[in-house]
Amino acid sequence: MMCMVCIKCINSYRHREGASMKIIIANVSDKPLYQQIKDQIKDAIFRSELKEGEILPSIRALANDLRVSVLTTRRVYDELQSEGFIITKAGKGSFVASENLELLQESKRHMVEVKLTDVWKTARSLKISKEELYSMMDLLFEEEDE
Amino acid sequence: MNNILEVNGLKKDFGSFCLDNVSFSLQEGCITGFIGINGAGKTTTIKSILGLVLKDAGSIKLFGKEISENEREMKNRIGVVLDEGYFYEDMTMMEMKRIIAASYSNWDESVFKGYISRFKLILNQKISTLSKGMRMKYSIALALSHHADLLIMDEPTSGLDPLVRNELMDILLEFMRGKGKSVFFSTHITSDLDKVADVLLLIDEGKIVFSEEKDMILDTHGLVKGDRALLNEQTRKLFLSLNETEYSFEGVTNKKTAVRQQMSGVLIERPTIEDIMLTYVGGNEDVI
Repeated sequence: MMCMVCIKCINSYRHREGASMKIIIANVSDKPLYQQIKDQIKDAIFRSELKEGEILPSIRALANDLRVSVLTTRRVYDELQSEGFIITKAGKGSFVASENLELLQESKRHMVEVKLTDVWKTARSLKISKEELYSMMDLLFEEEDE
Repeated sequence: MNNILEVNGLKKDFGSFCLDNVSFSLQEGCITGFIGINGAGKTTTIKSILGLVLKDAGSIKLFGKEISENEREMKNRIGVVLDEGYFYEDMTMMEMKRIIAASYSNWDESVFKGYISRFKLILNQKISTLSKGMRMKYSIALALSHHADLLIMDEPTSGLDPLVRNELMDILLEFMRGKGKSVFFSTHITSDLDKVADVLLLIDEGKIVFSEEKDMILDTHGLVKGDRALLNEQTRKLFLSLNETEYSFEGVTNKKTAVRQQMSGVLIERPTIEDIMLTYVGGNEDVI
């Protein structure tokens, strides 16, 4: 059998000041590169590892460190900007935007949905029934209550 | 983003080989890898850009201006590293440097000295006694010491060991941190480009096959491995290239979703630039 879940890291990036943002690119992933990077920057913002007003690395610096194309990091920043997560000031760099609670809330929900879809897919491929899956979730909630 | 170099309808006929209507452009701020097998036309294209080969037809614009009409100004803004050294073998590196430095109006001796000490080169050594790696480092030092905006290199890594190649790639990335810098380099050692390229330009038999963002090409293509029993008339059509052994197969596809739907249990990996290059050149005979 071939291994279907081997994740091979091709590179990772740690934000220099504070060493808080970490980006890991999986070589065996369905997600396009820019999507992987974008999602992880968003995650870092949600988890407040990247704080409001904090400066992001330049597109060239990030591209060099992650060993991806500068066109990819540019796309990531452009999209994060249009989604309101970061602000780019000409000649100064890109910064984490001030928090927009509504946007944040919605994105957090979206994150959960994405993860649940993964869980659902795995459950289906392993022939785990809807009821079983629900009871697993119930168990998690019960454990938390205790 | 601006185009730093625009080549349009470039033609050169050598009889046995010709560049056939070569058109492409290079974006500012990018490292463009020029790939293709030996004899595909990489060196001829680069030499035509530099005016070392007289083109039969076509236009070559550098920084927005026709290069043949502004040659002196243009060449001050490009740094060049060619495959064969083109140095006088009997001179020392110091003597050769004097000749080259004199031809650039913005030569910066301190930058040059910096590279020389970094590369641990000794300037009174004769060029004929240099190893391949030292020669390349010397060429790089010469090419980067007049504040060029565009670095053009023809096969700079061929014949170099992995350590020196890595060092060169780091120098390129360092160079790219400067504002408005671009690199155009040809190679058949595609693993160098896996690390540093932003854009890929593939040439085969004198024709441009594609010019694409590297990450896009690697994202949209997949290297598929699996049981040979999954191949049938229909699923074969999903592949651009296919290598079969007795039990398994390996192929490159640009229809990943269809493969996933129609062929369960296959492994889809991210291809390397080499996989892509071999897929698109020379009618992809079995190469592995």
